[in-house]
Amino acid sequence: CSSSAKVHVKTLHISQHFYIYLKDLDADDRLSALEEISDEEAVGISIPPSIPPASVSLQDYVDQSETLTKLVQLGVSLWKLERRPNVGSMLLRLDFNRDVAPCLLFLKEIGVEDSRLGYIISHNPFILSENLENLQARVNYLTSRKFSSETVASMVSRAPYLLNFSVKRLDNRLGFFQQQLKLSASNTRNVVARLPRLLCGSLEPVKENLKVCEIECGFKQNEIQHIVIAVPKVLTASKRKLTQIFDFVHNTMKVPHHLITKFPQVLNSKFLRLRERHLFLEYLGKAQYDPDLPSYISLDRLVSLPDENFCTELAMATLEDFYLFQKTL
Amino acid sequence: MRSPAVRMFHRLEGLFCVYKPAGVHWKLVRDTIETNLLKGVNDTPAPPLTHQVRFLPNPNNESKASGGLMLRPVSVPVLSKHPLVTGPEFQHLKVGVGHRLDTSSSGVLVMAVGNGNKILNNLYGIQTTRDYTLEGEFGMATHDFTHTSRVVERSTYDHITQEKMERVLAMLEGANQKALRTYSSVDMNSQEAYELAVKGLLGPDGKSVPILTGLRCIRFQPPHFTLEVQCLNETQKYLRKVVHEIGLELRSTAVCKGVRRTRDGFFTLQDALTRNHWSAADVLQAVQKYSSKKNKKKKSSSGTLTDKATLQTSEETLAVSQENKADTEETTTEVQCN
Repeated sequence: CSSSAKVHVKTLHISQHFYIYLKDLDADDRLSALEEISDEEAVGISIPPSIPPASVSLQDYVDQSETLTKLVQLGVSLWKLERRPNVGSMLLRLDFNRDVAPCLLFLKEIGVEDSRLGYIISHNPFILSENLENLQARVNYLTSRKFSSETVASMVSRAPYLLNFSVKRLDNRLGFFQQQLKLSASNTRNVVARLPRLLCGSLEPVKENLKVCEIECGFKQNEIQHIVIAVPKVLTASKRKLTQIFDFVHNTMKVPHHLITKFPQVLNSKFLRLRERHLFLEYLGKAQYDPDLPSYISLDRLVSLPDENFCTELAMATLEDFYLFQKTL
Repeated sequence: MRSPAVRMFHRLEGLFCVYKPAGVHWKLVRDTIETNLLKGVNDTPAPPLTHQVRFLPNPNNESKASGGLMLRPVSVPVLSKHPLVTGPEFQHLKVGVGHRLDTSSSGVLVMAVGNGNKILNNLYGIQTTRDYTLEGEFGMATHDFTHTSRVVERSTYDHITQEKMERVLAMLEGANQKALRTYSSVDMNSQEAYELAVKGLLGPDGKSVPILTGLRCIRFQPPHFTLEVQCLNETQKYLRKVVHEIGLELRSTAVCKGVRRTRDGFFTLQDALTRNHWSAADVLQAVQKYSSKKNKKKKSSSGTLTDKATLQTSEETLAVSQENKADTEETTTEVQCN
C-alpha cells in the first residue's frame, strides 16, 4: 500500500523522493511483519482488493463484485456489454440485492423462464435500472389489451427492450398496426405476439415496406393483409431484398400475384437459394409453377425443403448433380 | 499449452478456393467465410476454469461454540477467465482474397487464412494465367457491355457464320501474341528470347496490359455464343469489352451475358467450394487437400515450370469439365426418360 506513493512521485525532486521512501520505512517499523498476533486479529485485518481504479474491461472487477459474479452465473455475456458505452460502469454501480434481484423476481413472476434471464439482460441491461412500478404498469397494459400472460412472457423473452417503452408508445404502435393493416384485434394480437420486436422498432421502415408492397409490387390491400398475417417478418425485411425476390419470382419465374399471396414464405427466403433451385429446375425442364398443369411444384416446398430432399423429391436428380450445376451458373 | 481453438486455427491455415455466386460482392463472400471459420474455431471445447482458494465467512453458528476461526477455505473458479467475461478466444481471423471478381461475375475465387496470406502474395507475383468462360449474345450493344444496362445500339446478326467468327478470333489472338512479345522485357532478336519462347516462359514481367494467351469459341448458336479465354493481368470489365469488340469486328454488335472464372492458377472448378460447403469443416478439408497436393507435386516433379504446368492443368480441366458436363447431360437425359 505504500508503493503507490513511490510510483507517482515523478514531479518531485530526487532528494524528496528518497525522503518519502525513508519516511515510509520508519512507518513500517511500528508494525513489523514478524510480530505475533492472535488468530482473530489476523482474520480481522482487511486486505483491500488490488483492483485498478479505472479499466476498459470488467474482467478486473468480476471476481470482487457480487453483482457481476451473480450475473455471470445467470449467463449474461459481460464481454459484449462492456463494449457498449457506459454500460460497464452502470453494472458495477448496481447493488445485487437492491437493484438486480427485485427486477429478476418480477420477470420470473410474469412467467419468463430462468434460462432466458441471461439473454434478456445481455441484450437489454437497462431493464435493471427501470422503475418496477413502470414495468408493472406496462405489463398491466398488455394484459388489458387481452394478451394472455404466457404470451406476454414469451414476448418479453424474445424482445428484451419491450418493457422499456412507455405505455403511450406501446399503445401508439398497436394502434398503428391495427389501423394501417386494417386487421381485426385478434389478428393484430397474433401478429405482434409472433414478432414482438415490431413494437420496439421505429415505424418508418414498416411504412416504407407497406408502400413498396402496394406500389412497386402491386399487391392489393387484402393480399398484403394475408401476407402479413402469414409472414410478419415481411414488415421488417429490407426493401432491396424484398424487391429483388419479388422481381425474380414474378418476372423471371412468371408466378402471378395470387400464387405469391398463397405462398408468402418465398418473400422471406434467401434469394441465391431460390435462384439456384429455379435455374436447376429450368435446366431439367421441371420449372412448372401453375397448379392447373401436371407435375406442379409448389413455391413453399421449393424454398423450404433442405437440399437433399429438394434434389430427390422435386428435381429427381442427385445432390452431386445439383452442386455441379451450381458451378456452371 | 495450446487450447483446442488455437490448434484448430493452425490446421485451418492455408489456401483454398470457393465458387463465388454471381450478383454477390466478393467482400460479402470473404466476410461470410470469416464468420463461419470463427464459429468453427470458437465451438471447440473451452479449457476448464482455474480455481482459487478464498476464505469465506462460515455460514452456520457452530463456529462460536467451537471457539475457532470464523472463516473456511473454499475453492472458487476464477471468473475473470470465464468465456462470458473474456469473450470467445478468436474474435477476428485474417482471411484474404486472391485475384478479385467483380459483383456480376462468378467463378473460382482463391482465398487464404492466417499464414496462407503470405503464399497469396507470392501467387500474385508469379505469372499464373486464369481461365474464363464468356457468354455472349449478338444483336445489341450496351453502355457497359453487360446485358442488363442501357442499350446503345441494336443490329442484325444473320450474316455471321462460324467461319467469320473463327477468322476474327484468330486475328485477336495474333494481336495478343504480339502484345505478349512486346511486353516481355527481352529483346526479340536475342537467343534468350528464343529459349524462353521454346519453354513457354515468354511473357510480361509484372504489370502490363491485359493479355489473352488463349482464345477460342466453344459454342456458336447465333445469337448466343460462348468463348473460352486464358488471360493475364485482366479485369472482368476488359473481358466484357473484348466481347463487345468481337461484335464490332463482325460488323454487328455483341453484349456479354456472363463472365465465369473456371481456373485461377492451380485452383480449378473441381476444388471450388459451393455455398453449401462454406462451413469450417469443409474449408479445413479443402486446405488440407491443397497442402497435400502441393507436397506431392514438390516430391514428384522438380523441373516443371509454372506456365507449362498451368497450361497442362488448364487442358486437363477443360477435358474434365467437358466430361462432367457430358456426364450431367447424360444423367439428366436418363432421368427424363425415366
